[in-house]
Amino acid sequence: MNYEALISPRAAQMRPSGIRKFFDIAAEMKDCISLGVGEPDFKTPWTIRDAGIRSLERGRTFYTSNAGLKELREEICTYLNRRFGLSYTAPETLVTVGGSEAIDLCVRALVQPGDEVIIPEPCFVCYEPITTLTGGVPVHLPLKAENAFKLTAQQLKEAITPKTKLLVMPFPCNPSGAVMRAEDMEPIAEVLRGTDIMVLSDEIYAELTYGGARHVSFASLPGMKERTVVVNGFSKAYAMTGWRLGYACGPKPIIDVMTKIHQSAIMCAPTTSQYAAVQALRHCDEDIERMREEYDMRRKFIVNRLNGMGLSCFEPEGAFYVFPSIARSKLSSEEFCKRLLMEKKVAVIPGNAFGESGEGFVRISYSYSMAHLTEALQRISSFLQELDA
Amino acid sequence: MEKILKLLEENARMSVEDIAGITGDTPEAVARKLDEYAQNHIINGYHALVDWEKAGVSRVQAIIELRVSPRRESGFDEIAETIANFEEVDSVMLMSGGYDLSLVLNGKSYQEIALFVVKRLSPLEGVVSTATHFVLRTYKKEGVLFGLEPLDEREFGL
Ligand SMILES: Cc1ncc(COP(=O)(O)O)c(C=O)c1O
Repeated sequence: MNYEALISPRAAQMRPSGIRKFFDIAAEMKDCISLGVGEPDFKTPWTIRDAGIRSLERGRTFYTSNAGLKELREEICTYLNRRFGLSYTAPETLVTVGGSEAIDLCVRALVQPGDEVIIPEPCFVCYEPITTLTGGVPVHLPLKAENAFKLTAQQLKEAITPKTKLLVMPFPCNPSGAVMRAEDMEPIAEVLRGTDIMVLSDEIYAELTYGGARHVSFASLPGMKERTVVVNGFSKAYAMTGWRLGYACGPKPIIDVMTKIHQSAIMCAPTTSQYAAVQALRHCDEDIERMREEYDMRRKFIVNRLNGMGLSCFEPEGAFYVFPSIARSKLSSEEFCKRLLMEKKVAVIPGNAFGESGEGFVRISYSYSMAHLTEALQRISSFLQELDA
Repeated sequence: MEKILKLLEENARMSVEDIAGITGDTPEAVARKLDEYAQNHIINGYHALVDWEKAGVSRVQAIIELRVSPRRESGFDEIAETIANFEEVDSVMLMSGGYDLSLVLNGKSYQEIALFVVKRLSPLEGVVSTATHFVLRTYKKEGVLFGLEPLDEREFGL
């Protein structure tokens, strides 16, 4: 059969992930030290795992309602109110298979062929392919290092056209660690007021912000709730990546449509994970804090070391990544990563894997033990010294 | 500044520069603080966590439960200090529960430790009874896993 001719052109068009090859080489390499993961190194706190086990022991092995356990949706609303001052109700909340599914549903519920989706980059890589699959047009908005990789009102204004349907707000940002504080977001909100542009606010790293002020949800800005779908989840805050559980909150008519798609494609999010998540929301604020403090310590350690080596990085205020400039090496992001891998067996991710504007940077994850980070940094330092020699 | 103690408890070899990077102090301020901690005996020394089994050196360790009768004046302190002064004794702790003092002893052989207990410990005035437990294997010590490589099953991800 001629599979190439059979495959839907839109699916075929999805950008091939060039980075895959790089990962494969690194994964095969013996004694390779990775700084390339995008998930916590902590195990899920025991009490959450225990709640999952108990739900299994009690035989809670059935589908839940499509939108997710009512109990869980109510806990999510309570949590969002307690932590971020948001006010949602259970009918405005949908439990999904990770934040990933919530992003997919949001784009599919809103975007028709020809609609433009503004994607500030560098950012997580799923927004573009999902947009392309719906026939939407991704509009890449390059964020700038001199703005600490924040979105500015000016940039947004210039990107808006009559076809703009959706703005993705990917903060706290993977890979740059950039955070939009309330004062950074207000001018963005001002641009959007009076338009029909919707916002997908991916707040999966909301619990991981450092240095003073807590995360501010885009939906909490005056007038923004009516146009915002908040995506969040359990993966990063509670170290629950493998449980595959996230959620979306937003205007009911949109959550209803997302729920319809979810019902057809997924039925419901994993039942065991949902019971575990109820426990997480009720009892684990302290666990979040413990992990956040540990990340913060590593963050300061690594930023200080990298700056000392001449890989200058602006201070990342969120997530668990640093995004140093590699200008000093005079190499492209990909060359830098390839040579670092080959010569020192350290795997970091080229910044351009997250959009062209990530060129000239690399993403380093600090979701590792201090001993691991120390060894990796030593190797990076000796790599740079040899480059200079 | 308690932060410095936490960092060093985790890794005693962390450099003054790294500590300063984390706490936001200058390296000089951190160095001064370390001197102060040493002078005040808040930091009482640094040592390596050696897996002697892996190093191929035979060493025997025992945990000894001791019941003692407290003295009217000094309670348990006097006898605990006497015992702490024996070189063979690694640690001495006053315990709640079924016995009074817990000792950790290091020796070259079982006999050496057994002899120490019989000849030096038991005859001490105030010692009521001893129970000696030999350590067969150490799996974890001071928060560090011995012999078990922590497994990282995570894949690369964007
Ligand atoms: C910015 C961002 N959004 C969403 C996700 C998806 O997370 P999950 O589907 O595990 O909730 C990730 C995962 O790396 C991410 O980095």
